[in-house]
Amino acid sequence: MTDPFLRPSVLPPLTGVLAAGARTAAMTKNCHNDYKMKFTTDEEFPDLSLHNNHMAKVLTKEIYEKLRSKSTPSGFTVDDVIQTGVDNPGHPFIMTVGCVAGDEESYEVFKELLDPVISDRHGGYKPTDKHKTDLNFENLKGGDDLDPNYVLSSRVRTGRSIKGFTLPPHNSRGERRAIQNLSIEALSSLEGEFKGKYYPLDGMTDAEQEQLIADHFLFDKPVSPLLTCAGMARDWPDARGIWHNDNKTFLVWVNEEDHLRVISMQKGGNMKEVFKRFCVGLQKIEEIFKKHNHGFMWNEHLGYILTCPSNLGTGLRGGVHVKLPKLSTHAKFEEILTRLRLQKRGTGGVDTASVGGVFDISNADRLGSSEVEQVQLVVDGVKLMVEMEKKLEKGESIDGMIPAQK
Amino acid sequence: PVLFDDLAAHLFKLNYSAEQEYPDLSQHNNHMAKVLTPEMYAQLRDKETPSGFTLDDVIQTGVDNPGHPFIMTVGCVAGDEETYEVFKDLLDPVIEDRHGGYKPTDKHKTDLNAENLQGGDDLDPNYVLSSRVRTGRSIRGFCLPPHCSRGERRGIEQLSIEALDSLEGDLKGKYYALKNMTEEEQQQLIDDHFLFDKPVSPLLLASGMARDWPDARGIWHNDNKTFLVWVNEEDHLRVISMQKGGNMREVFNRFCTGLTKIEDLFKDRGHEFMWNEHLGYVLTCPSNLGTGLRAGVHVKLPHLSKHEKFGEILKRLRLQKRGTGGVDTAAVGGVFDISNADRLGFSEVELVQMVVDGVNLLVNMEKRLESGDGIDDLMPEQK
Repeated sequence: MTDPFLRPSVLPPLTGVLAAGARTAAMTKNCHNDYKMKFTTDEEFPDLSLHNNHMAKVLTKEIYEKLRSKSTPSGFTVDDVIQTGVDNPGHPFIMTVGCVAGDEESYEVFKELLDPVISDRHGGYKPTDKHKTDLNFENLKGGDDLDPNYVLSSRVRTGRSIKGFTLPPHNSRGERRAIQNLSIEALSSLEGEFKGKYYPLDGMTDAEQEQLIADHFLFDKPVSPLLTCAGMARDWPDARGIWHNDNKTFLVWVNEEDHLRVISMQKGGNMKEVFKRFCVGLQKIEEIFKKHNHGFMWNEHLGYILTCPSNLGTGLRGGVHVKLPKLSTHAKFEEILTRLRLQKRGTGGVDTASVGGVFDISNADRLGSSEVEQVQLVVDGVKLMVEMEKKLEKGESIDGMIPAQK
Repeated sequence: PVLFDDLAAHLFKLNYSAEQEYPDLSQHNNHMAKVLTPEMYAQLRDKETPSGFTLDDVIQTGVDNPGHPFIMTVGCVAGDEETYEVFKDLLDPVIEDRHGGYKPTDKHKTDLNAENLQGGDDLDPNYVLSSRVRTGRSIRGFCLPPHCSRGERRGIEQLSIEALDSLEGDLKGKYYALKNMTEEEQQQLIDDHFLFDKPVSPLLLASGMARDWPDARGIWHNDNKTFLVWVNEEDHLRVISMQKGGNMREVFNRFCTGLTKIEDLFKDRGHEFMWNEHLGYVLTCPSNLGTGLRAGVHVKLPHLSKHEKFGEILKRLRLQKRGTGGVDTAAVGGVFDISNADRLGFSEVELVQMVVDGVNLLVNMEKRLESGDGIDDLMPEQK
């Protein structure tokens, strides 16, 4: 298969101190984008008056003017970056990101827009900050004894992008299929507890489909306009699929919102075991991709590069389903979560309501802290909240247990 | 592999072979899927129109929407006027398939002279509840809805407002921009069945027509509510003339007069409609080429619609039926939407004539069946 990054080696070398992103942006001829330059900035600037998302808060006419003539080497433009945010004004209570990357270079070529979005979204993260990656599960303290009477299940997920390919808003069928093939190769070579099977979405039998639905593994064609407006559902279900191990504790989604979504999960409160499997499995997969000269997209500033700026850094959401009927009705519940750097969701996922006092509690941060640090926050935080729940059950106060801001 | 300095972004995909990029059309049933071979894909994949529309852009909607076992969708769209030329190897066969064998060398006749219509002012209002004629128009020099930028769409809206504002008499009216409509205005437009919503059909969404909604979209209608123009929905302009009852002649007269006036107003401002002698009026969807015209009535045919020869009769009359909610809806209370099936290869007058003559016949048949008489002697020849 042709290496999609043949180009850099056959381009004439440039002297000078132009950054890689600036050089390739200046040299790429994008016919459609050039055509649009006939119109003025005023004529093209989107109407964001009803909008409430990170992109709309950041994008001024000046920034738009600066960026509109640029194109990444694969042809992604600022209009492509912001289309989802223009089409989806947002929600008065939920702050959506409103922009996506189409390739690794997007974060460089469109940094005037994406750096402030990242800073806004990730607690003031600066363009000069460095992100720490730590997938050494042994660095996690405790986490194997969350009380299973309260903690019903534990799960860690992240995303990975494969270097050398453009991202789901922009990639072609050829790229997506190559990603699928590489993924199948990598996953098929896993052994022991990781031994498993790949189910392509477009070749699934009815029986397989029903089983995957029953296991809550199957992902559907995206219906959320946040995703469809960004072009991620093109050519569905071509080259999309699900891989899971025989034990059903390690799962990989291929070509959904990111190239790969990796999930480790099991019933009960042994987060340590879940995280160990997560780290080991991820690293095994990464080895195989590296062997094919297609490692994961990563840099020391943004950590793991993913489609949505909200998932940069670790891309990690580590969480539990936990019974907190008393604590969740306590006046200080939100405050406690904020101080523990945790967030709550209903057990149907983001935006759902909790049922029977059972909540999905997970880390709020993604960028600026490591995987170990984020899972540690979940482990320590959930432990504390379960103890608070027990106190409230006995009719005792929890005032002395309120934590300091982490 | 691409070796030149000034890389064209759309050629990035050439790093992959045609085979690697060719879509999986095995589950598909639309005109594009029937026509697009791997060889054709290989031939066309490195081309783009001057505004940057590519083969993948043309076919995306047909790849994303495999189609329906009974309804043959088109599965491809144009992004600009040049699409029909640059990608003719794909679009000519699609056009031929869709428009009854229309050949690349055929010429299309435009006739918007309402006086050439015979009759049509006396369809029985006891049966014909309403009459309507619609078409689309594209403004030369701008890209089409799947591809146009915000700047272009706003330019189109501006020109349209200017042109429509200068209409007078029976055509005098007002423009309602979708994005700053008041609640009252919105409710009134809904009650009048004029308001169009952001498209929800995946056929339209997948081709990019809903981008930046509702920016530069709007509705214009005359004070009498008999002449309506949609701006920047599936085409630059959709023009509709309609009224209750069976006076199709009056509807068509207003349609032709209004359209011609609008065209003159655009020309005064240096903009023509996209038209050529082979394809007639150029529109986003290949199915609307030629006249882009659908002339129809809502008509009560409870007896005839149950007759075993109903489908055959419609076919011979070159008409099609829909439910009164539009394409794909079911008829309610025996009331059908009956309209011309053709768009390309016949003139506007010819198509409306077929509707007028055909509906007259259908109503006569319905009356026969009501009295318990047969209709065999009324069976038409294939038009």
